[in-house]
Amino acid sequence: MPGTRVLVGTRKGAFVLTSDEHRRDWEVSGPHFPGLEVYHVKGSPLDPDRVWASVSSGWFGQLVQRSSDGGQTWDVVGNDFTYDGVPGQHQWYDGSLRPWEFTRVWHLEPSVHDVDTLYAGVEDAALFRSTDGGVTWSELSGLRNHDTGPQWQPGAGGMCLHTVLEHPSDPDRLYVAISAAGAFRTDDGGVTWQPINKGLRSGGIPDEDSEVGHCVHHLDLHPSNPDVLYMQKHWDVMRSKDGGLTWHEVSGDLPSDFGFPIAVHAHEPETVYVVPILSDEHHVPPDGRLRVYRSRTGGDTWEPLTEGLPQEHCYVNVLRDAMAVDRHESCGVYVGTTGGQVYASADSGDTWQAVVRDLPAVLSVEVQTLP
Amino acid sequence: MSGPASVRVVLPGHLRSLARVGSEVVLDVDGAVTQRSVLDALEAAHPELRGTIRRREDGRRRDFVRFFACEEDLSHEEPDAPLPDEVATGREPYLVVGAMAGG
Repeated sequence: MPGTRVLVGTRKGAFVLTSDEHRRDWEVSGPHFPGLEVYHVKGSPLDPDRVWASVSSGWFGQLVQRSSDGGQTWDVVGNDFTYDGVPGQHQWYDGSLRPWEFTRVWHLEPSVHDVDTLYAGVEDAALFRSTDGGVTWSELSGLRNHDTGPQWQPGAGGMCLHTVLEHPSDPDRLYVAISAAGAFRTDDGGVTWQPINKGLRSGGIPDEDSEVGHCVHHLDLHPSNPDVLYMQKHWDVMRSKDGGLTWHEVSGDLPSDFGFPIAVHAHEPETVYVVPILSDEHHVPPDGRLRVYRSRTGGDTWEPLTEGLPQEHCYVNVLRDAMAVDRHESCGVYVGTTGGQVYASADSGDTWQAVVRDLPAVLSVEVQTLP
Repeated sequence: MSGPASVRVVLPGHLRSLARVGSEVVLDVDGAVTQRSVLDALEAAHPELRGTIRRREDGRRRDFVRFFACEEDLSHEEPDAPLPDEVATGREPYLVVGAMAGG
């Protein structure tokens, strides 16, 4: 019987939640790497037993751990994220210049094209690639060395490269997103990059046509239609029909268009999920009600999904990498909260159940659909 | 001719878990026994610890890691200064400690 494995990164370790295709009864394993921050855990789409975790702490810095058995046991792989050449400088919050300095890996993206290749999005913003399963890393420095680099500024959480999307059939096309520089695209495997922020509007940027400076929170696409991208920005939900070259707003009737994660249904390319929160000053659900919103029209019209989610006195947040979908016939949707809950829906979001309630604050959720 | 020194090193809990070692690690250290040579030997024996005690980019002690031996804080000593004889002869351990502030 097909299975389901949810990989959860939290402030104090990683957890692995497993079930069958019914997704009603769950086993919980963890904490793995107890006491350490796990920013992201993700498995290879080509070999689900291969899983990587970004593990970090203020004491001991960055570690990358790799499992070959679906997250049961782990070994340390490479943690050398040395920038290529002299890193240069970027802007700080006050506009002063600061040198690029590595802090942590925010996101790991195992490739859909090669089982030993994976990408790491890091803070201060840069993209690294490994072709040996995470043992060694080299920077795709064409991104950081883009002409606009000295203008990049951090978002509130740091200047992080938090999203990496591969084109499903073109291994040379990648999209990344950086807080708070914006979205970028490469068509030559990461050698050269172009900002793809045309059409984005951000109140803090006087020049509406500025190439960079937008705080993009997350991107997603559906593999059947890879030129259509969805974006959750610091305010506004956006859509592009041309691989990010231009964007238009699809926030529509959302109660708030501020949020962090965005995800596309596994089988319905026009069905999109977001989790609205009140504002940039108040990262809590509107009205104290945790509502995942779904659009079946690629945005603009949205419906709240609430059954099984807390609808009073709820002030948790869902971070940008903490929502995921599975590929079961009845698509499952999963969210992890800063309150330590992981909610799962086995019916595209119509109904939800809490898989776990008392984990440390959840930083990331990914899900594997097992054969 | 004397052989390598046998040096005892105590690691903090997270690094013990990472290196899969017990409360003390015993290392053979060739040549002068200094903080640098002890940590080099530690990382040679346990490569998974590289970057966790000393920064990758410049080899300096990580901000929230401290070094002690013989009830003295050695964190600000020169890395190539000789460690106390008690450490070099294995009578006292060299302690790697995670600062409380890091938590």
